Amino acid sequence: MSSGPLIEIRRLYKSYTRGGQAIPVLTDVSFEIGRGEFLALMGPSGSGKSTLLNCLAGIDRVDSGEIVVNGQDITLLDETDLARWRSRSVGFIFQFYNLIPVLTALENVELPLLLTGLTRRERREHAAAALAAVGLSDRSDHYPAQLSGGQQQRVAIARAVVTDPDILVADEPTGDLDRTSAEEILTLMNRLNQELEKTIIMVTHDPRAAQEAHVLRHLDKGELSRAADTPGR
Amino acid sequence: MAIPLSYSWRNLLTRRVTTVLTAGGMALVVFVFTATLMLAEGLRQTLVSTGSPDNVVVLRKSSETEVQSTLDRQVSNIAATQPELATDSQGRTMAAREVVVLFVLPKRTGEKSNVVIRGVGETSLELRPQVRLIEGRMPAPGSTEIMVGQSVLTKFAGVGLGQTMRFGQRLWTVVGVFDAGRTGFSSEIWGDAEQLMQAFRRQAFSVVVAKLRDPDGFEPYKARIEGDPRLQAEVKRERQYYEDQSKALSRFLKVLGVSLTGIFSVGAMLGASITMYSSVATRTAEIGTLRALGFRRRDILLAFLAEALLLGALGGAAGVAASSLLGFLTFSTTNFQTFSELAFGFTLTGEIAATSVGFALFMGVVGGFLPALRASRLVIVEALRSG
Repeated sequence: MSSGPLIEIRRLYKSYTRGGQAIPVLTDVSFEIGRGEFLALMGPSGSGKSTLLNCLAGIDRVDSGEIVVNGQDITLLDETDLARWRSRSVGFIFQFYNLIPVLTALENVELPLLLTGLTRRERREHAAAALAAVGLSDRSDHYPAQLSGGQQQRVAIARAVVTDPDILVADEPTGDLDRTSAEEILTLMNRLNQELEKTIIMVTHDPRAAQEAHVLRHLDKGELSRAADTPGR
Repeated sequence: MAIPLSYSWRNLLTRRVTTVLTAGGMALVVFVFTATLMLAEGLRQTLVSTGSPDNVVVLRKSSETEVQSTLDRQVSNIAATQPELATDSQGRTMAAREVVVLFVLPKRTGEKSNVVIRGVGETSLELRPQVRLIEGRMPAPGSTEIMVGQSVLTKFAGVGLGQTMRFGQRLWTVVGVFDAGRTGFSSEIWGDAEQLMQAFRRQAFSVVVAKLRDPDGFEPYKARIEGDPRLQAEVKRERQYYEDQSKALSRFLKVLGVSLTGIFSVGAMLGASITMYSSVATRTAEIGTLRALGFRRRDILLAFLAEALLLGALGGAAGVAASSLLGFLTFSTTNFQTFSELAFGFTLTGEIAATSVGFALFMGVVGGFLPALRASRLVIVEALRSG
C-alpha cells in the first residue's frame, strides 16, 4: 500500500527530568512510516508510545534526533512554524474526543479551517461534507454533550480530516468507547486509510484495534522492542 | 483573530452565574464611576445654563462670587448705562442692580443650610427668561414680599406660599413660587433689591447683570469698564461666570469619585482575574486541543482577552444602564464657592457613557491579562493530559 516513506524517524532521544534526575522516555528510536500506512504503536503503560506519537505529531519536542516528514525535519521548526505545519499536515483523534463543548458539531469540525484562507461559506461547506462523511449530517447543530461517545468520536474524526492532512494521529481512539462504537470508529479509520489514503499512526492498548493496522510496532521502556509485525494482512 | 468571538461569548454564557457575579461586581464600580461623572456634569450644566449667553456680570475686581462682590451705587450706575447694552421697548437699558446675601434656613430634614437671597430689580426677570412664576404672584416692588425657587420649596421648611419668615429684622411673606428649570436660580429666594439692602444694612449692590445689544459688544464693554480706574470692576460673560462657579465642586466630585472607584476597581479587577483564572483552569484540555490543532499562543491569548473584554463590556453596559436611571433624581448640596445650597441633577452624556464603558473594558483587560497569558503559555502535552 505504501509508496516510499512519508515519515523518517532517526535516532530519537527524549527524557524527562524529575527530582533532578533524567528519566529516559525514548532511546535511540529509528524507523520509517510509509505513505498511506496504518501503524499501530503498542506497549505497556510508560513505554513511551504516547510521547513518540506526540513528537511525531509536532506537539512535543525531542532531545535529539530527526523526524523528517515529506523531506522536512520538523524538529528544526520554531513554534509558530510547527503550529502552522500541524494545522496543515496533522489531524488529531484523541481518546476523550476533545471537542469544544460550547461549539456545535459543525463548528467543531470547522475549527481547523479557521486557520486556512477559506471563506466562511467554504468553511461551512467543507465542514458539512466532513460531517456527512462520518454519517452525522443530522447532528450538525448538536453540541458535544448532546451526542453519544461514538458520535463525538466521529465528529472528532471529521474535524481531523476536514483540512485533508497527510497524517492522522490517534491516541487510544477506542479507549473510551463500548465495543460497538469502537468497531464503528475502527471501520471509519480503516475507510479513511483505504479510500483517502491517509497515513494513520495509532497508539492503542486494544489488540482488536491493532488488528486494523497494517503495521504493528511495540515499544518497551522507550525502545522499539522488535521488528514491525503485519497483523491481519 | 483566528478563534471566533462567539467561542469566547458562549463560554461566558456557559458559566452564567460566575459571569453574572463578576460582571455585576464590575457594574457596581462602573455605576459609582459613572454616577460621579454624571453628578459633576449635572453641576456644570446646571450652573452653565444658569447664565445666558448674551448677559454680562459686573463684579468688584478679584471677587470670585456675587456674595463677595460689592459695587457702590455710582459704579453700578456707570456699569448699567453703557452703549453696548440692550434697551427694552421703553428705552431703558436692560441692566439689573442686584444684591446677593446668604441666609441660613432650616431644611425639611432638620439640618440647616445657606440659601441665596437675591435682591432683584425690575429688569431682572427679563434678563432671566428661564425664570417663570408657577404659583402665586410676583412680589410687589418696594415691599417685603418674596418669591422662592422650586428647589427651595421642596428642600426647605416654612417657605410655602403665604408663609412668612424673619430675616434682616423684618418679616417677609412668600407670595410666589418660581421655576427656573435646572438652573441655579431654582435654589434662590428673590425679593426687592432696595428692601433687602435696607434690611441687611447694605450700602452697595453685589453685581450688575446686563444684556448686551450684540454679543460682540462684550469686548469693548469689558475693556471700558475694566479700564476705568475709578470702577475697580471686573466683567464676565454670565455663562462663564457660572461655569467658574462649578469648577471647584465639580473637580472635587470628580477627584473623589475617581479615587474611590480607583480603589473599588482593584477589587473588580481581582474578581475578573479570579474568574478568568478559573476559566483557564477548567478549560486546560480545551486549550491544549486548540493549540494541537494549530492555533498559536497569540490566538489563545486573544481569545481569553476577548472573553475578559466581553465580561468588562457586560459590566460596563450594566453599570451605565443602572446609572442612567439616576437622571431622574435631583441632588442638593452646598456649593463651596458660593457657600449656598444648590440643587442639580445627574446628567449622562455620550462622553461619560463612553468613558465609563472604556473604564470597564480597561478593568476587563487588566483583570484578564495574566490568566490569558497563562492560558497561552500552557505546554500542549501537559494541557492535553489534564483532560
